[in-house]
Order: sequence, then structure tokens, then C-alpha cells
Amino acid sequence: MTPTSAVQDRPTRGLAATIKSRFQQFLAFGSLIVIVVFFAFASPNFLTFSNITGVLFSTVVIGTLAVGTTFVIITAGIDLSIGTGMALCAVMSGVFLVNWHMPLLLGVLAAILFGGLIGLINGFNVAILKIPPFIATLAMMLVAQGLALVVSGSAPIYFTDVPGYLEISTGNLIPGVNFPNAVVVLAVVAVVAAVVLNKTVLGRYTYSIGSNEEATALSGINTKKWLIIIYTLAGLFIGLAGVMISARLGSAQPATGMGYELQAIAAVVIGGTSLFGGKGTIVGTVIGALIMSVLNNGLQIVSVPQEWQNVILGGVILAAVYADNIRRKEG
Amino acid sequence: MDRPLLLKIEGVSKSFPGVKALSDMHLELRPGEVLALVGENGAGKSTLMKVLSGIYSVDEGAFSLNGEPFEVTSPRQAQELGISIIHQEFNLMPDLTVAQNIFIGREPRRAGGFLSDRELNVKARTLIDRLQLPLDPKQIVGSLTVAKQQMVEIAKALSYEAKVLIMDEPTAALNDAEVATLHDLIRRFIKPDTGVIYISHRMGELKSISDRVTVIRDGQYVDTLDTAATSMKEVISLMVGRRLASDLGPEGVRDDREVLLAVEGLSTKPLLKDVSFELKVGEILGFAGLMGAGRTEVARAIVGADKISAGTITLRGVPIVINDPSDAARHRIGYLSEDRKRFGLLLNQDVNANIILSSLRELFSRFGFVRDKQARARSRELVGSLRIKTPSVAQIAKNLSGGNQQKVVVAKWLVKDCDILIFDEPTRGIDVGAKEEIYGLLNDLASHGKSIIMISSELPEVLRMSHRIAVMSEGRLTAVLTADEATQESVMHYATLRPEQSIADAIELGIAGPHESVQTTRKAREK
Ligand SMILES: Nc1ncnc2c1ncn2[C@@H]1O[C@H](COP(=O)(O)OP(=O)(O)OP(=O)(O)O)[C@@H](O)[C@H]1O
Ligand SMILES: [Mg+2]
Repeated sequence: MTPTSAVQDRPTRGLAATIKSRFQQFLAFGSLIVIVVFFAFASPNFLTFSNITGVLFSTVVIGTLAVGTTFVIITAGIDLSIGTGMALCAVMSGVFLVNWHMPLLLGVLAAILFGGLIGLINGFNVAILKIPPFIATLAMMLVAQGLALVVSGSAPIYFTDVPGYLEISTGNLIPGVNFPNAVVVLAVVAVVAAVVLNKTVLGRYTYSIGSNEEATALSGINTKKWLIIIYTLAGLFIGLAGVMISARLGSAQPATGMGYELQAIAAVVIGGTSLFGGKGTIVGTVIGALIMSVLNNGLQIVSVPQEWQNVILGGVILAAVYADNIRRKEG
Repeated sequence: MDRPLLLKIEGVSKSFPGVKALSDMHLELRPGEVLALVGENGAGKSTLMKVLSGIYSVDEGAFSLNGEPFEVTSPRQAQELGISIIHQEFNLMPDLTVAQNIFIGREPRRAGGFLSDRELNVKARTLIDRLQLPLDPKQIVGSLTVAKQQMVEIAKALSYEAKVLIMDEPTAALNDAEVATLHDLIRRFIKPDTGVIYISHRMGELKSISDRVTVIRDGQYVDTLDTAATSMKEVISLMVGRRLASDLGPEGVRDDREVLLAVEGLSTKPLLKDVSFELKVGEILGFAGLMGAGRTEVARAIVGADKISAGTITLRGVPIVINDPSDAARHRIGYLSEDRKRFGLLLNQDVNANIILSSLRELFSRFGFVRDKQARARSRELVGSLRIKTPSVAQIAKNLSGGNQQKVVVAKWLVKDCDILIFDEPTRGIDVGAKEEIYGLLNDLASHGKSIIMISSELPEVLRMSHRIAVMSEGRLTAVLTADEATQESVMHYATLRPEQSIADAIELGIAGPHESVQTTRKAREK
């Protein structure tokens, strides 16, 4: 009897194969570098310490939202409620801290958990009521937008009397170095998310559900429960983003938020996560978020008019997805 | 021979990353013949046919058709040359109708570019009638059983003016009656200027349909034999490189086993009527029946994949409620689906992820973290013991051959420690040698006290494995036979009872109440 299978741990996987299997990330990373180099030559103001921290700073909100949404998109879902949900969480943070005078830590935690609640409801609608994610979260997007205005009475809530709140975002962990805490928060969040996605049961089920939800359910996995957990997790990121943005602005702006969801989803897609599910990484998403904010910032610095900035961003998204399609065909 | 060969393939090689799928392969198809192509799982049969039909390009090799050399560049061009293929994995659009699927990309158009559904359905009807297939052009393909989907594929392939028809395991999902229908169809297709290449793991049918058999192993040509002058034993030993024991029967048959699972009056809206049976500890209970008899539906109803309209399930004497497959898993009941692509595999994930999926949380995690080392070690063990042909457990499932994908699904359930395993067509597409290995594993599980329900359309397989056999027809359980009572004939008898159509059959099953039978009789008389 000849053994027909040679089983080794590592397949015949050289550097070339690794690059191929992570093509989208390499491509995204390469593009990021090209873009950075381009702006560095285009404007002397781009590669300054203050501008770099500025870019990183503005990556934080989109990045946090994008990291949470990555989970949802890997399940072949989508979350459109993250933008206005974030505004609602910012308002709630104002309610908890300014109106109710909760202690700082508790108030922040409550605001983050409130985001989790938004996600929980999304998850329930998707998993139990079987409402398609696009519709369920579109509805939530409107609900959150409305509630943010109702709760705040359509007026911004200022955190001027909440000691320490602004520090969450704008403070410097390392004294004397102007490196905002927000960036540290995003880094920590990204690492935690990457660990969850790669090393935990939750992460594996996220990929499984996105690859084949029915087969996963028939394997005895309670896909409904896990979907709810995944949407709730994404909701916690919404809450965190709400805290970060309001801490940075010093106020909760109830009328903002709309548009962030598309920027975040774009970041996820540029980072190589497939909207068809089953595929994606946190590293990719972070790179995608960086590309988005570098473009935003760089185009401003070289004085491209706002309208044209959007045209260019749209083009970048198309290019990113097209590159992924080509790779898929050759696959 | 004076006549040129219909098709000649020479020196074909094809590699994938880490796998040499074909090396210096050759094959000759004579006009007017059915050539069987056999080989173990992963031998390269499907790859050869994909190369021939323009799906993969070859690394090297030459083709000729009727003595004329040709090159295949695309599936479309292959079709224009007269080479038509029915793939092992279906290529149907589940949301489209039968007619739309058959003529996809070639829909009849009216002025202005509008599609004409009426004309499409008429065209499909004509084709289906000509082929004598039991299909309705307007039915949605996703709602059809696997066997009927197979027929749609056949109709699609034959709708082209094919000279060479390639069938990659066309009968894997069919039962004996359907196989006979398919063979009739092939015989009608065969003319002096056409030929069929027929891939199958069901050795029995090769005798009745093929003229010659070509055997390949590990991507290499082994031999071609005249079917009439060869015994299947010979073919098998050429295939697997050793002889297999045959004519084995079930092991460990006893009638003093305790009842583990009792199903009482199980019914579902679409099909099942009053299905009751018992499954005992350490028993292999076979389920036999024709296509659409309701065997898969019983399995799906038990594990909560489909809603039941009536009935109770009792486990170890305690009534249980199962609302979805995760409830079933909690009661340690596992279900392997007949449709590996739709319900079994994560095609885009690797072999390891697939094998450990159902047991991940229970066996391979601690505090929610995956213990990858243990998981991979276990996967590797199963890859070894089931002889799954793959370069590593990190290979993406999609890249495995059909039979090896099936083994991966089987492996998934062998890893999970279930008390009750429901295997729906577990050996679909698996080669003869590996089948015996799977039978061995099932017998092992049973001897360790696991209870197994084995649904199979291959009667010899059911007879070979089952301690008892439950036979179904038209959504009803028509008999439960012991291993002694069960023969090809007795099973077929109960599988073909039609209580809905025949009063005699209904009376034999004792389900025609006086009221009911009077009504049916009257109806019969009125006709
Ligand atoms: N796209 C692919 N990428 C990588 N390897 C592949 C790919 N397609 C096939 N293979 C490998 O090539 C070998 C031959 O596969 P093939 O599908 O031709 O086998 P087969 O003879 O049809 O087997 P089965 O009886 O299981 O259908 C297998 O080892 C398989 O894993
Ligand atoms: Mg094959």
C-alpha cells in the first residue's frame, strides 16, 4: 500500500505564495507608501511631525469604526448604522457625563456599552428576524440619527465641565511628546481585534459564517447566537468611536456621523476584506483606514478642491476592488 | 482500426502549486464508444477533463479530434468543437428556472433584445421531452433534489450539438432506477460519430454502460481494458494498487441493544407522514428509498434543520425538543449533509478549519482561544487515516478533488464526539478503496457504542453496512427490515410501494382507514 497523501505542516509555500495569498494587503500597503511618497514630494508640509500626528489622529475615528465593521463584513454582512450610531453614542456620553454627572470612567463605559446595545439590536434583527443586514442597519442608521437629535434637543453637548474627558483623545501619554492618546487607543483596539479575529473561537466562527452560513449551522454551531455577538462587538466599536470623536471635539455633535459609515466600509474594502464574506484581516483594514485619511489630508494640503477629493476617493475604492477581482480570477 | 480516433490526448501534464495533478497522461476515445475513466480520489480524472474542456490550460500536451490536432483555449471554444462536459460539482444558478439554466447565455431573444420566457420554456420542454427527463422547465432549480439538478446538467450538456460528451461522476447522486434512466439516455446519444467519457466510482455500473475502461493513478496513465473481457476486481486492483476484500456484510448485528433514540409520528408540511422508528445503541440503521422518498427530510427534521409539523423525539427515554442543529449538537447528534458544497464545506477555508469546525469549541479551545496546535495535529491525523489527498492541512478546500472534499466532511464528524451520527450519502464520490476505509471507521464507531443512521442511494452499500434497514417511500416509512430479511428485492419492494396511488399498497401498509379507502375506490371507479 502506498500512502497517497504526503502530509506536512507547512505547504510548499514560499515567499511568492505568501505574497499571493495576502496580495490585497501587500497591494494596499504598497499603495499607501506610494501615496505618502507622492504627497511628500508634492508638499513640504506633508511629512512634518505635526501633520503626521494629525493624519494618525484623524485615522482614529474611521479606523475604530472600520475595525469593528470588519467583523460584520467578514460574516458577509454590512453595517450602515456605524456613522450615525457613533453620533448617538457621543450624545449619550454627553447625557451620562454632563447631564447625569456620572464618574468619568463609568460614563465612558456606559457610552461604549450603549454602542453595544445598538449592535445587539442590529444582530437581533439580522439573526433572529432574518432582516437582510443592509436593510436592518439602514433602518438603524435612521433611528440613531433621529434619536441623537431627540435626546440632545438638536443642540451640541459640551464637555467643558467634565474634567479629563478631552484627555482621552487629545492628551499625551508620554509627557512632553505631542503624540495623542487617541492613536494609542486605535493601536490597542486594532491589536485586540486582530487577536480576537485570529485566535479565538469567535473569530473562527466569524470566518465560517461568512464562508457558508448554512454549513456552519449544520455543523452544530448556533450561528444566530454568534451573529448577535458579532454585531454587538461591532457595536462596542461604535460606542468607542463616539467617545473618541466627542473627546476630540470637546462636544457631542448630534447632527454629524452620516458619511462615516461609507468611509469606514471603504477602508475595510481597500484593506482586502471581501464583501462576499469569509475573507479579511484587521491589518488590511488599518492600512485601508490610513489610506483614506492620508488621501483626505494630502489632497487638502495640495489644495485639491473638496469636490474633486471625493471623486478621487471614489476612484481609489473602485481600483482597490478591481485589483481584488483580478487576483480572484487568477486564483 | 481504419477509422481515426474520435479523440486523442497525448503527453498531457498539469501542475498546481504543490501538486502534480497530471503527468504525461494519454487517452484515446474511439468513435461510437463509451469509455469509462476510473482512478482513486485525486488521481486526476476531473483535472484531465477540465483541461480537455478548456477550464484549465495544460502545461504541455497535444489533442486531436477525428485525427485533426486542436488546441483548447476556452470552455466556449471547446463547446464549439463539440466537447461538452457535465461537471462533478454542479454549475447551476439556484434561483433560476430549469429552462433558464439550460439555455443560460443563449436565451432566445425577441426584437429589441427582450427575452422571451415563453419561447425559452417551449424550447426547454422540447429538449426535456426528447431526452425523456422528469423535469418541469418552470421549476426553480434550487428547489430540486440533487438528482434532479443532475438531470438539468445533463439536459444542458446535451442541448449543445456535442460530439464528445464528458460526464464526471454523473451518477454519484442517483439511485439505481435513475442510473438506468441515465444509461438509456447515454445509449440514445451514442451514434457512430459520437463518444462518451464516463467517470464513476460505482464499479457495478461500468459493466453495463462502458465499452472500455481506462485506469489512471496518481496523475499517470495505467492501462486501458475491454470491459467485456475484464472483471471489475481487476480494474479495482489496477486502480488502488492492491486487492480488496469483497462480499462483506454488516458487523456486530445483535437484537438485544437498548433503544437510544425513538422517533414517533414525525411529519413535516411538505413531505413526511407519520414516520416512527427507533435507533439503538451501537447500531447502524440504514435508510433506503428512491429519490424523493424523504430520507434526507427525516434527517433534517431530526436535527432541526427543517420545521416539523408533528411528532416527538425521545432520547434515552426523555422527550427532547430540537429547534435547530445547534440543539441537536448539544444532544450529541450530528448530521452530515448529502450536499457537500452547499451544506457541508467552507469552500474558501482550509482543510483544517473544515475538519475542526464542529468540534472547535468543545475540543480545541481554552477560554475562548483556539488551540491551533492540537487542532492541526488532529486534522493531520484524520488526513492520514482517511488518506485525504492534499499537500497540507492548510490547503483551501476548494482545491481538493471532489472525493477528497467529501472525506473532509466525513472527517469533520469523526472528530466530534457524537453519540448519534446521521450520515447522508457519506461515500458520495468516494473511490472504492476509500469507501472500505470509511465503512471500517463506521463499524468502529458503532462497536464503540455510537449509533449511526446511514442514508444511501446505493443499495449494496446499505445492505453491506446496516444492522437494520428502514425503507421509505413517498414520505412514509414503509418497512424496517432486519439484516436477515433485507435483500435487494425486499428493499426494492418496500421502496416502490405507493400508498397514495395504489389501494393495495395502502392496505399492505395498513394506512388506509375504511373511510379513506372507500373514497379512493370511488375515485378509481369514476375514472
Ligand atoms: N485548482 C486546484 N488547485 C490545487 N490543486 C488542485 C486543483 N484542482 C485539483 N487539484 C489537485 O489535483 C489532484 C487531482 O484532482 P482531480 O480533481 O483531478 O481528482 P479526481 O481524479 O477527479 O478525484 P475524485 O475522484 O475525488 O473526483 C488532486 O490532488 C487535487 O487536490
Ligand atoms: Mg473528480
